[in-house]
Amino acid sequence: MRQVIIVGSGPAGYTAAIYAARANLAPLVIASSVEFGGELMKTTEVENFPGFPDGIMGPDLMVKMQEQAERFGAEIVYDDVVKLELDGDVKRVTLGNGDVHESLTLIYATGSAYRKLGLDDETRLSGYGVSWCATCDGAFFKQKKVAVIGGGDSALEEATFLTRFADKVYLVHRRDKLRASAALQDRAFADPKIEFLWNEEVAHVYGDEKVTGIGLLDTNTGEEKTLDVTGMFVAIGADPRTHLVHGQLELSPEGTITVEGRSSRTSLPGVFAAGDVIDPTYKQAATAAGSGVVAALDAEKYLAELSPEVIAKAVPVAV
Amino acid sequence: MSTAKDVTDATFQSEVLDSDKTIMVDFWAEWCGPCRAVSPILDAIAAEHSEKLSIVKLNVDDNPETAMKYGITSIPAMKVYRGGEVVKTVIGAKPKPALEADLAEFLA
Repeated sequence: MRQVIIVGSGPAGYTAAIYAARANLAPLVIASSVEFGGELMKTTEVENFPGFPDGIMGPDLMVKMQEQAERFGAEIVYDDVVKLELDGDVKRVTLGNGDVHESLTLIYATGSAYRKLGLDDETRLSGYGVSWCATCDGAFFKQKKVAVIGGGDSALEEATFLTRFADKVYLVHRRDKLRASAALQDRAFADPKIEFLWNEEVAHVYGDEKVTGIGLLDTNTGEEKTLDVTGMFVAIGADPRTHLVHGQLELSPEGTITVEGRSSRTSLPGVFAAGDVIDPTYKQAATAAGSGVVAALDAEKYLAELSPEVIAKAVPVAV
Repeated sequence: MSTAKDVTDATFQSEVLDSDKTIMVDFWAEWCGPCRAVSPILDAIAAEHSEKLSIVKLNVDDNPETAMKYGITSIPAMKVYRGGEVVKTVIGAKPKPALEADLAEFLA
């Protein structure tokens, strides 16, 4: 029996682990088998995380957070949660390898998953020119023309990154202005390789075995046109990853997990949530880290106030 | 470190295409985070099914010819070769049970 299990290993999960470990709660972090470290593992330079004036590579930052959590006694398991049982005093977590872990509290910090456009051919051509990760796949588009879909920070980051390889990057956005931060906008507007296509929506992805072009629909005139690109990078946001808690925790209209006020308390006692999975608005590494702190402190307080009968059920883990 | 053997542009013909065994090639690169994540999972699958399926690795940066020939645009890409032909492609890092399900016909 554990005192704290943390599901997720992005900035929220690892920061919660650092705080819980420093409170001598010996947390177990379920980090995922292939997505450990979260979204930042797929980024390059992170320039807005405080404390790194020269920037830091996303994967390096996540390894540092992991090491910091381990230094204070967090234990990390590289597997995926397949089932959560959250009602009752003892929370049960079942992993892909069949192991079951029990805990008095659970911190849910699974982040979000890339949103798709929702076109049939998008899924069929995924990995054949359709991509959600410029840093993973950009290098295969040397001297090619590619399109980035979206208007937020990640779309502009991907577009700027892709100019290292591609001859031409079209930024396709369905509105006439961007949501992205001013610093990223200035950089993209100044880049001669990036061309902005405003008020355009992707209606088709063309290609038999790989992408040969995309069909765009003008949102004002309804006119259609074809853009000859061999790559399409989709960066239209992400949806909170809540499938493991559907029917167990209350969700907001935005699809995030509902928490009480500025706390991390979910609709079930002993279950706390942190990071992008509760945040429909800000979704930054630094805000996720702060949210992880809140969850660890809330869990610590909950444990301190548990009745002796409940604690008696929990056999402390030998350290 | 991965336990899989490296193949190259120079050895691809003899070690993969001309092989009389079923061989899966893991197309990867140093800078690819998901490739590093899936690598130990492939090692485990290879160790558990060594009599059925050999798994080798090809670094796409060092061996662009082969990567281009097979139209790699996303890594990790795992291609199963039998008798010189690609008989299965799996793209992207996946948890072990999901990869085993994708590769079931070659592991049974």
